[in-house]
Amino acid sequence: MAADALIDIRDVTKTYGAGETAVHALRGVSLRVEAGEYVAVMGSSGSGKSTLMNILGCLDIPSRGEYWLDGSNVARLTEDQQALVRGRKIGFIFQSFNLIPRTTAIANVELPLTYAHLRRAERHKRAARALELVGLSDRADHRPNQLSGGQQQRVAIARALATGPRILLADEPTGNLDQHSTEEVLGMFDELNADGRTVVVITHENEVAARARRLIQVSDGRIVADEVTR
Amino acid sequence: MSPRDLFGAALRGLGANKLRSLLTVLGVSIGVGAVIVLVAVGNGSGKAVQDRLEAMGTNLLSVSTTGGGGGFQRGQAGPSAQQYSLTLEDASALADKRLAPDVASAAPVMTSSGTATNGDVSYTVNQVIGTTPSYLPATNTPVEIGQSFTQQDVDSSQRVILLGQTAATELFTRPAAAVGQTIKLGAVDFVVLGVLASKDSTGFSDPNATAIVPISTLRATQAGYGSLNQIVVQAADKDRVDVAEAEVTELLTARHQVPADETSPFRITNSAQILQTSQDTAKTFTALLATVAAISLVVGGIGVTNIMLVTVTERTREIGIRKALGARRRTILGQFLIEATLLSLIGGAVGVGAALIVSRFQLAGVQPVLVPSSIALALGVSAAVGLFFGSMPAHRAAGLRPIDALRHE
Ligand SMILES: Nc1ncnc2c1ncn2[C@@H]1O[C@H](COP(=O)(O)OP(=O)(O)OP(=O)(O)O)[C@@H](O)[C@H]1O
Ligand SMILES: [Mg+2]
Repeated sequence: MAADALIDIRDVTKTYGAGETAVHALRGVSLRVEAGEYVAVMGSSGSGKSTLMNILGCLDIPSRGEYWLDGSNVARLTEDQQALVRGRKIGFIFQSFNLIPRTTAIANVELPLTYAHLRRAERHKRAARALELVGLSDRADHRPNQLSGGQQQRVAIARALATGPRILLADEPTGNLDQHSTEEVLGMFDELNADGRTVVVITHENEVAARARRLIQVSDGRIVADEVTR
Repeated sequence: MSPRDLFGAALRGLGANKLRSLLTVLGVSIGVGAVIVLVAVGNGSGKAVQDRLEAMGTNLLSVSTTGGGGGFQRGQAGPSAQQYSLTLEDASALADKRLAPDVASAAPVMTSSGTATNGDVSYTVNQVIGTTPSYLPATNTPVEIGQSFTQQDVDSSQRVILLGQTAATELFTRPAAAVGQTIKLGAVDFVVLGVLASKDSTGFSDPNATAIVPISTLRATQAGYGSLNQIVVQAADKDRVDVAEAEVTELLTARHQVPADETSPFRITNSAQILQTSQDTAKTFTALLATVAAISLVVGGIGVTNIMLVTVTERTREIGIRKALGARRRTILGQFLIEATLLSLIGGAVGVGAALIVSRFQLAGVQPVLVPSSIALALGVSAAVGLFFGSMPAHRAAGLRPIDALRHE
């Protein structure tokens, strides 16, 4: 039933600009993702994958169409409620890591917990646990510029996990990583999905897509294929 | 986010670019310091003038005449200017206890100027005052060296003179050497009886460039038998100044037969009025200085805005990340507002500290007197400046959609 779907977008379009220079990044996309799914999104460059992902992560709003997340219409939420959703329900992982510069790994991981109003001690405990999970306990006090790309992405994953979100959205998380680091990150996604978390990952690599159980193909702002692969 | 977390984030933000924060703080502290110091200077100069005027005595009335009583057209009958001229007899009538019970003393004053010579040394005395001995206590002009002349000297037109500090110094180098010497004023010899105590200037002219002689002598040797310039009246008591003033007006009106329908031709100023006028002047002066200082405070505030704009622009991506992680608008707003306010407040504190030190020294010949409310005001304004000027860029940052902030380059 409709109410069951964790993510439910209905005929969403996204247009940048207006008039002759308008770019139609999404031309009517409908998609339902149930809790616990592991979805890969593929498509050529400029097809609208990131645009879709940003809308799913409540970082951007659709030009038209509705987005129902966990039973509530996102467009109806106040700004503060949207912030709460971003902080508690969704963990977002970026291709470019997006760690806050000049701030230690553990402080970066603590950040979403701070915004979720956790106490200092509790925050520290959870952040340390998240870092342990990604195997970076020994790098807790390193700043982003003292970490390798793979390590930075693992900190970013720890940060996305810290609040225990039900949904993990990753936009080309392994795009900047080598073979070995990619393996590590994918292994983590497998575990998280096995834990019951919903994972949506954008990728250009077949090897990454192969881990997912459902593959969605996007082309020119439309979903052109949607199949269960495993 | 707890206040402590917000505060920590703001401090880290400021620490990220220490030099820039420091320069901004400097801008604000100069503004705040300028307000406090300049207001203190204005206040100090006002106080100084007030002190000097108070030393002059507050129970003093100065009576002069405006001449005729209004505009008379040629050929029309009317009182001549002569009719209202002040005379020596007016002065003695005013000094009469039976006629004016609240007048303690009345000294007639005639002024002239002349060149004094001591052998080869000559000096132009701007103000040669002819008067009676009661002038000296009434105007708070004590004789420092030697002695004053007496009523007998006046009665017998003795050629004796009291020199002001400047006049004595110019003529004799050492004022003490003047006493007992003979100088020439114009063509007439005068014996120096004493040297007056030094007086602080209350205006542009040097109050020590004077000489005082018995009024009878001045009339006989210098100024002829014209009318008096003024009569200096001392009220019996500080609280009786108004009564004394009324008595003086009444007595003079009667003596000169001024018609009842005419405005009084006598102008009476009391020292309280002069005090009031100079206090008003001092207030204007202080306000002027405060305005200049306020401008520099605003300039400091613009510095804060500028830095906050740069900071916000630089850290837009960071704002995007924070919003993606669940930061609310007011959290972002709070962080930047605290940063801006801290800049202003630290600047304010430094400014107050510097002002406290600077105002212990004389500035432009004035000993600044701190106005406590100006310190509170400057600090309050600097905090307000931080909030007001910081809020604009902070609002801009906090209002961004996460994706727009993240895409910022
Ligand atoms: N802020 C923007 N303003 C204008 N056009 C935009 C904006 N963001 C994206 N676009 C356009 O929207 C289309 C889809 O962009 P999107 O970033 O979603 O592509 P993508 O599928 O993620 O590509 P890639 O695989 O290269 O990351 C592109 O044509 C892009 O030029
Ligand atoms: Mg993309």
